Amino acid sequence: MSAHDHHHGPAKGLSRWLYTTNHKDIGSMYLWFSFAMFLLGGTFALVIRAELFQPGLQFVEPNFFNQMTTMHGLVMVFGAVMPAFVGLANWMIPLMIGAPDMALPRMNNWSFWILPFAFAMLVSTLFMEGGGPNFGWTFYAPLSTTYAPASVTFFIFAVHIMGASSIMGSINVIATILNMRAPGMTLMKMPLFVWTWLITAYLLIAVMPVLAGVVTMMLFDIHFGTSFFSAAGGGDPVLFQHLFWFFGHPEVYIMILPAFGIVSAIIPTFARKRLFGYDSMVYATASIAFLSFIVWAHHMFTVGMPLAGQLFFMYATMLIAVPTGVKVFNWVATMFRGAMTFETPMLFAIAFVVLFTLGGFTGVMLAITPADFQYHDTYFVVAHFHYVLVPGAVFSLMAAAYYWLPKWTGYMYDETLGKLHFWLSFIGVNLLFFPQHFLGLAGMPRRIPDYALQFANFNWISSVGGFLFGFSQLILLFVVIKCIKGGKKATAQVWEGAQGLEWTVPSPAPYHTFETPPDPSLIKAQ
Amino acid sequence: MASESSHSVYYVPEQSKFPFFASIGLFLTVFGLGNILNDIAAGSPVMGSTGIALTGFTILSVILFNWFATVIRENHAGLNNDQLKRSYVWGMGWFIFSEVMFFAAFFGALFYVRQLAVPWIGGEGAKGITGDVLWPEFQAAWPLLVNPDPTLFTNPHDGLNVKEWTPGFFAGYLPFWNTVILITSSVTLHYAHVALKAENRKRLIQWMVVTVSLGLIFLGLQALEYIEAYGHYGITLNSGIYGSTFFLLTGFHGFHVTLGTFMLIVMLLRCIKGHFKPDDHFGFEATAWYWHFVDVVWVGLFIFVYCL
Repeated sequence: MSAHDHHHGPAKGLSRWLYTTNHKDIGSMYLWFSFAMFLLGGTFALVIRAELFQPGLQFVEPNFFNQMTTMHGLVMVFGAVMPAFVGLANWMIPLMIGAPDMALPRMNNWSFWILPFAFAMLVSTLFMEGGGPNFGWTFYAPLSTTYAPASVTFFIFAVHIMGASSIMGSINVIATILNMRAPGMTLMKMPLFVWTWLITAYLLIAVMPVLAGVVTMMLFDIHFGTSFFSAAGGGDPVLFQHLFWFFGHPEVYIMILPAFGIVSAIIPTFARKRLFGYDSMVYATASIAFLSFIVWAHHMFTVGMPLAGQLFFMYATMLIAVPTGVKVFNWVATMFRGAMTFETPMLFAIAFVVLFTLGGFTGVMLAITPADFQYHDTYFVVAHFHYVLVPGAVFSLMAAAYYWLPKWTGYMYDETLGKLHFWLSFIGVNLLFFPQHFLGLAGMPRRIPDYALQFANFNWISSVGGFLFGFSQLILLFVVIKCIKGGKKATAQVWEGAQGLEWTVPSPAPYHTFETPPDPSLIKAQ
Repeated sequence: MASESSHSVYYVPEQSKFPFFASIGLFLTVFGLGNILNDIAAGSPVMGSTGIALTGFTILSVILFNWFATVIRENHAGLNNDQLKRSYVWGMGWFIFSEVMFFAAFFGALFYVRQLAVPWIGGEGAKGITGDVLWPEFQAAWPLLVNPDPTLFTNPHDGLNVKEWTPGFFAGYLPFWNTVILITSSVTLHYAHVALKAENRKRLIQWMVVTVSLGLIFLGLQALEYIEAYGHYGITLNSGIYGSTFFLLTGFHGFHVTLGTFMLIVMLLRCIKGHFKPDDHFGFEATAWYWHFVDVVWVGLFIFVYCL
């Protein structure tokens, strides 16, 4: 147990994964877990799209449809996107800052292993009497309290332990970044992925406890007779929404800030230029994080807030477009007059910039209070947040996977299949979500299993796009497995234009890296 | 591990069984608790569920005990360099921040219902119209003694809302004495810390015993207050929003005091065993931080729940 046997390779067999303290092992487990959840949540989404393929009830009961929309959202947010970013953080942050591992390696493994149990409990509610959660992923009271199925109790406890996992993971990320940087790695020399994760971890520690608080109030309303969300006892169902969105709005930035970091790593590599406006990227990220705490009620414009509140939340929300615009400008300026090539990670990154910006635009539309009265709870909202989350967050994850796969596996992935995956995903995702803007503007409400005839065409297109996008993801699975098995050997540098400490270690990255800090001359300004 | 400089080899533990089995313990605990609650709601026996929860909690407790013991052993073996110790400091600091935000949610709920929700149900302002339609007779007040719908949420008994802030009143006012006790305990804990740094173990143990005792007295008085609230005033979890906010805020605070007292007792035992050195006692300091944090939350509670 002393320093000299640190140079061990991994243990053999299952115990390697169950008992590991290695940031790369834990990162890999997070990534595989999140991919499994991505396929599961995707399957739920395909049930939704199959049901909405044409008007009328086709395959599922309305109550089961509601369970699908709820579980799709919960599994994708908490099971797919968040753990995927944590997996990348585990793999890449120590490599990027020249640290031997995460700051608290055993707690790191605990953060991961809570998740499979939490999701086993959450998904098992689908098989319980009365069915699983059917109140939407935002679980508004009193749907989620007075009128909830009995399984809501397990949903609440699953959220509690997922929150514990997130908080421990975030504490680890912050301690690692603040305490484990190699000599010479000053804060303003850190890669942006590290910066964005530092700020994301701060957001997580600030809002996951609020989520824990609000589900605790639900638990007490359901089982102990309190009246937090019941006006009959002096409480208020709207209180639920305030508390939920105080968590929920920072949460959506938790799912996008690390994506900003990934794109800020990939675009300079394939444009063969330094990132334009590094400092402003850092300040913009911090500004977005700050603003995320004071905009939550824009999710609730139709709930009947005082006018002053509506005005404040409208203007504060619009303000977010400023730092976000700074970022988009910087990415475009980085590409401007660059020597660009279009490998798969770059394709996903460019698609991210374009399509995320589109999602941002609809966000500004939704921020306008009187307009939001029309858009609220329609498919326009669904289109908006899926544009920022799928070709936004998820595309950035795809980009990251292709970008760092050679570093992880030691082999180059199959570029042809990668490009095929990109183009099918790109076409699929736009077919899937673009028509939903029109559906929403025409008045189709979200979360319903049936709809009026005039919505039939766009729903048909959307469902075709959904199945195309969904099944295209199997290509990614195939590419990853193929890349692990072999292929063209990757060099340490991998990409001609790549900068940063992770490219100074061999590919695949050895089991233990930077046990002694790297040479400070390797650390360059971004 | 001779060098203690901040960039000597950072101790990365080899494999550990603690995290995986702690996850099983945590899962069984919450799964059992969920089953207990649902069994009660369905009127079924809770024996099986209680067994699951207790098994899980036992596993979790045994693992955490051994986990902390391992960390202490590693530190005594000199494996932890200065940099690793700073990781624990950062870790505890951010953990306390997460606890601050947990309480913030409940304080936020209290402010919202007092300032907005209850007056609106009482018919005040632009949103008052809903209250006027639903419960026209309802009068907004705080503490809320008459609920909008007393058939669903039983009203507390009358006679609660008599507060005159005189010295004589404070003398008989239990929360006031609890405030005195908790603040005093923070001071005595500080003296214990001073004694630790001065390597005066006898005085250290004395101050720790005093601090633990004050924590236990606080908990006893809180229990007394709850009995009073339930029995005398009819303030219960089911008596409307006043009882809801009161019990959740003071209850979670009391739970944290319980945990803090447990931590202090562990630290007292470690002081008796001589675990701490004047320059190496972060376990003690972390506990002290936690205790001061719990104290600060109480001051917030005393002002916003009891006084105002």
